[in-house]
Amino acid sequence: MLDIIKNKIILIYTILLSILSWGIFALEDSSGKGILTLLNVILLNVPLVSIIFSTIYLYNSSEFIELLLSQPIKRSRIWVSFYIGLLVAHWISYIIGVAVPILIFKFSAVGMILIIVGILINAIFISLAFLSTAITKDKAKGIGMSILLWLFFALLFDGIVLFLLFQFSEYPIEKFMVFIAAFSPIDLARILVLLNLDVSALMGYTGAIFKQYFGSQLGMIVTFSLLLIWAIIPFMISKRIFNKLDL
Amino acid sequence: MIEIIQLKKSFGKLNVLKEINLSLHDGESYALIGPNGCGKTTLIKSILGIVIANNGDIRINQKSILNQFDYRKSIGYMPQIGHYPSNMTIGNIIEMIRVIRDTDEKIDEELYFAFNLHHSLDKKMSTLSGGTTQKVSAFLAFMFNPNLLILDEPTAGLDPISSEILKEKIIREKNNGKTFLITSHILSELDEMISQLIYMQDGAVLFHLPVDEIREQTQENKISKAIATMLKNKFYVTNH
Repeated sequence: MLDIIKNKIILIYTILLSILSWGIFALEDSSGKGILTLLNVILLNVPLVSIIFSTIYLYNSSEFIELLLSQPIKRSRIWVSFYIGLLVAHWISYIIGVAVPILIFKFSAVGMILIIVGILINAIFISLAFLSTAITKDKAKGIGMSILLWLFFALLFDGIVLFLLFQFSEYPIEKFMVFIAAFSPIDLARILVLLNLDVSALMGYTGAIFKQYFGSQLGMIVTFSLLLIWAIIPFMISKRIFNKLDL
Repeated sequence: MIEIIQLKKSFGKLNVLKEINLSLHDGESYALIGPNGCGKTTLIKSILGIVIANNGDIRINQKSILNQFDYRKSIGYMPQIGHYPSNMTIGNIIEMIRVIRDTDEKIDEELYFAFNLHHSLDKKMSTLSGGTTQKVSAFLAFMFNPNLLILDEPTAGLDPISSEILKEKIIREKNNGKTFLITSHILSELDEMISQLIYMQDGAVLFHLPVDEIREQTQENKISKAIATMLKNKFYVTNH
């Protein structure tokens, strides 16, 4: 949608992303290390911007959605168009800001995986934004919920995982940890990239388990499908709610 | 023909509409009036499918509109306050609605020129005044020659000249056999525009009468005075 692309915030976000990626590649001596730094930036910033911007945008568009509803157009189509609009706008920012520098500095399998992971992360967090918008009509509550979701996945989830690891370090819970990781899209994405960077040794014994699970072809497919599910399911739920929503 | 059958709607514990029964005939012009918060806008939004009722049915030409969207092709809606994406221009908005409607029908450009919108096609929606936004809404409502026009406070925020243009347009279209559903708090301006009057209070229809009959009963010529007399004397009780 034209409106989103013309939005100043999206423009600033694109510039910010490019400065970050160019800066990182210029500062780090090896592009491998660059990828690692970039990974952390992506996993923290991209979800934050996608979820918060989309939530606020949707709330600000509520009257416009109302106007669209008075036109002969299916409810679910309106919702899907907004999703596609936001997604495309974020993808354009991401591709200009991150994908292009990666392709220039580090054109490799890991680079490609990082690009794809970022694209999926965009879709996942926009999808979550739609869910929190559909759940509550109150703008403050909706934005709060989005911030909490981001906090949970970006920071708290890791804390919980670490806590579990320490508490149950005596028990063989590695397989369980793999299962737990599926519940956080950010962790899934991180594992996916790290394993392809060959730094999984840093992750210790659990890392070996992860490598066993995620490093193989099958593991990759499973992780990608999990990420896809993360992008689709919240949006589908939100669409069902929206179909019955009063505006 | 629109039939509203036992329509109920509540937001949480608040009963906004309590069993509304109405039938609106083609070619008539209805005024929907009542105090603030009596459920006028909710009723309009239910007809448009923006609000989904808890109970009851709305039928347009014998067809239920629940979970339908095609019927809106023949409805033009002008909201009380229009909100449009702020980064789009007037031209963008018009083009977009055209794409959504996707018809080859001739576009009614009368208001477009009357409101001088063609001079400000490149203006962004966020820079427009409330009145200009209303002009855009009015034009969009009339654009596709709909049979039913739903206007929520059409002249609120318009300058006197524009509001006169809009009123004349309404009267002209009414004489062309279009059906109107108009809400307004400015009763004096309704005089020439309407033929039937629906008075709502606390989510229920208090009375629904042809304007001529109201005038006859109350011996008042002006609608505003007639309604005041009606409410004072509670004429509607005998008529209900």
